[in-house]
Amino acid sequence: MENAFGQPQTVVVLGGSSDIAREVTKKLCAARARTVVLAGRNESLLQEAAEEAKSAGATSTHLVTFDAQDVASAESAVAESFAAVGAPVDLVVIAVGLLGEQLLDENDPAAAARMSIVNYAWPVTALAALRQRMVAQGSGRIVVISSVAGIRVRRGSYLYSGAKAGLDRLCEGLADSLIGTGVTLQIVRPGFVHTKMTAGLKPAPFSVDAERVAKDIVSGLGTSALVIYSPSVMKWLFAILRHLPAPLWRKINEER
Amino acid sequence: MGRALRLGNPRVSREKLYGWGRTAPSVADVLEPTANDISGLLRTSTHVLSRGLGRSYGDAAQLAGGLVLRNGAMTVMDEIASDGSVWVDAGVTIDDLIRVGLPQGWFVPVTPGTRQVSIGGAIAADVHGKNHHVDGSFGHHVRSLVLATPTGTLTCGPTERAELFWATVGGMGLTGVVLRAQIQLLAVTSDKVVVDTTRFANLEAVMHEMQSGDHRYRYSVAWVDCMTTGSAMGRAILTRGDHAEGTGERHAPRDAKIGVPFSAPSGLLNGLSIRAFNELWFRMAPKQRHGEVQSIGAFFHPLDGVRDWNRLYGRRGFVQYQFAVPDAASETVVEAIKLLAESRVPSFLAVLKRFGDGTPGPLSFPMPGWTLALDLPVGPTALPGVLDQLDTLVLAAGGRVYLAKDARLDPATFRAMYPRFEELLQLKQQIDPTTVITSDLARRLELIRK
Repeated sequence: MENAFGQPQTVVVLGGSSDIAREVTKKLCAARARTVVLAGRNESLLQEAAEEAKSAGATSTHLVTFDAQDVASAESAVAESFAAVGAPVDLVVIAVGLLGEQLLDENDPAAAARMSIVNYAWPVTALAALRQRMVAQGSGRIVVISSVAGIRVRRGSYLYSGAKAGLDRLCEGLADSLIGTGVTLQIVRPGFVHTKMTAGLKPAPFSVDAERVAKDIVSGLGTSALVIYSPSVMKWLFAILRHLPAPLWRKINEER
Repeated sequence: MGRALRLGNPRVSREKLYGWGRTAPSVADVLEPTANDISGLLRTSTHVLSRGLGRSYGDAAQLAGGLVLRNGAMTVMDEIASDGSVWVDAGVTIDDLIRVGLPQGWFVPVTPGTRQVSIGGAIAADVHGKNHHVDGSFGHHVRSLVLATPTGTLTCGPTERAELFWATVGGMGLTGVVLRAQIQLLAVTSDKVVVDTTRFANLEAVMHEMQSGDHRYRYSVAWVDCMTTGSAMGRAILTRGDHAEGTGERHAPRDAKIGVPFSAPSGLLNGLSIRAFNELWFRMAPKQRHGEVQSIGAFFHPLDGVRDWNRLYGRRGFVQYQFAVPDAASETVVEAIKLLAESRVPSFLAVLKRFGDGTPGPLSFPMPGWTLALDLPVGPTALPGVLDQLDTLVLAAGGRVYLAKDARLDPATFRAMYPRFEELLQLKQQIDPTTVITSDLARRLELIRK
């Protein structure tokens, strides 16, 4: 069970090999997490993440593999993960995402579909599969990794950012649907994070590393905040950026 | 998760249940059954827990996804016998007992800091009060109780099924549902307490006085300031008293006149405001006052003057940390207060008390020596780590933390602090072989993995 400080004991991470997910897992295991399910595509990366979790304090780790391009795999991945825990699941982290290559993908229907499936359709399907399980539990927390990119979609990454925007807005409503169920949903909106996903890209201002994002997420778990920004300055920055006149918004994004 | 069979009962509601600290709520099917319905519910449901008035601070009276049975519909109180014993239903409260008993010359043998606890809850948490060093805990004054278990309803007491009795006293509700109990009341001749108050400039002085002088009083408690460092570290106000002798009418304490209607903004109680409160509290106390006459309500239940005072801590709530250590480890009390003061984690006036013997029960909390209880608002990022450090100190001293107040202990530390927990599990194999009775606390401590 989650304790008074929002520290979970049982954790399921969908997209468990992502850099942010791995840092979050390590921190949770250093606190109270002992049973951890890491679900993702690449089994050897998941294995690495599991080793990290164990050395941080996990006593029981399980791996589940799925392909986020296959929407049908979401339900079975959730079912397998919950079965592996075999007790109430205190926290589910959804860290599934694909940045893609905007300029190549935007004229390729199959690639555009892939971007919306991995970043939107798969997570939404997984959320539906785990929602009913957690509501029956009467307890638990869901953390969805979104992005500030979804607050205002820009030309240079609209396939990724647009899908994140959809997921982010959907989660706002989903979070409201969970009021009174004992289940809490929180949305994480990181800024530019230095990870293997963003390697080679020009960093945006206030860029952070995955460890910092994980720190902000873990301290956000103890609160009832719907949205966790990382770094926190993103909240104020995007409060302004989302209302910039379009020409100015395009201008500042030209170089990116 | 199994769902409770509803038996077509329209009174079942799905509710979010909190502990008094309002930290980690969970949702369950909640029902307020009569004693007759309970054995049926225990036979036909997969996860069940009994709940009183929700005054335990953490997750002890919560069962996420299960069936929670409130004891509020069980409120029958028999006539008080001439020897001061009385049979009461589990939902009768300490407040009810005082209200009925005091005019007849009977007081509760043990009362915690609030009257708003049910007898079922008082037994499950084996509550203690300011007289523990003389009279022990609530369980020491229970002559007999009737317990509904999934395999049947049993009567037990200190001389009948003693093992089951002592596992139920302080057993955090995990042996079954208490239906009724026979309590031995205390004869009093007045509704007043004669109180001596002394202010001490530091911790060492107050601890010395308590160790040498507490035996002269039935009731004793010290309020300790845990936010002052240096030579005034642990400055304290010691109040001790005894029931006054009297011949006049005896009146039950009055209900709270004021309440807190909604949660205060988080952060209202911060380092600054708490420090200011502690300072004020300390300065308002007399250096030395002898023989002051106080009402029972003012002496035993100061917090009952404000309804829902826990809401003052805001949405994030607060945790209580209460530990007991043996006399030989007096130094641990000093170290604990030093750790708190130096880590600058805000904590309200802490309560320091002498403890007498625990009960023979496997989860009994008290032990001869010291107990310190702390109120800590949730919020400071250092707090979880500081409490983990306190666990280490307490464990090293052979001590333990109080489960009725706990909301954050980890399973390994629990097992080390309560090494006899397996006796409870062995007993459960007889009375609850499919583990119907469990709780969020039991799950968190991995005492019961269901």
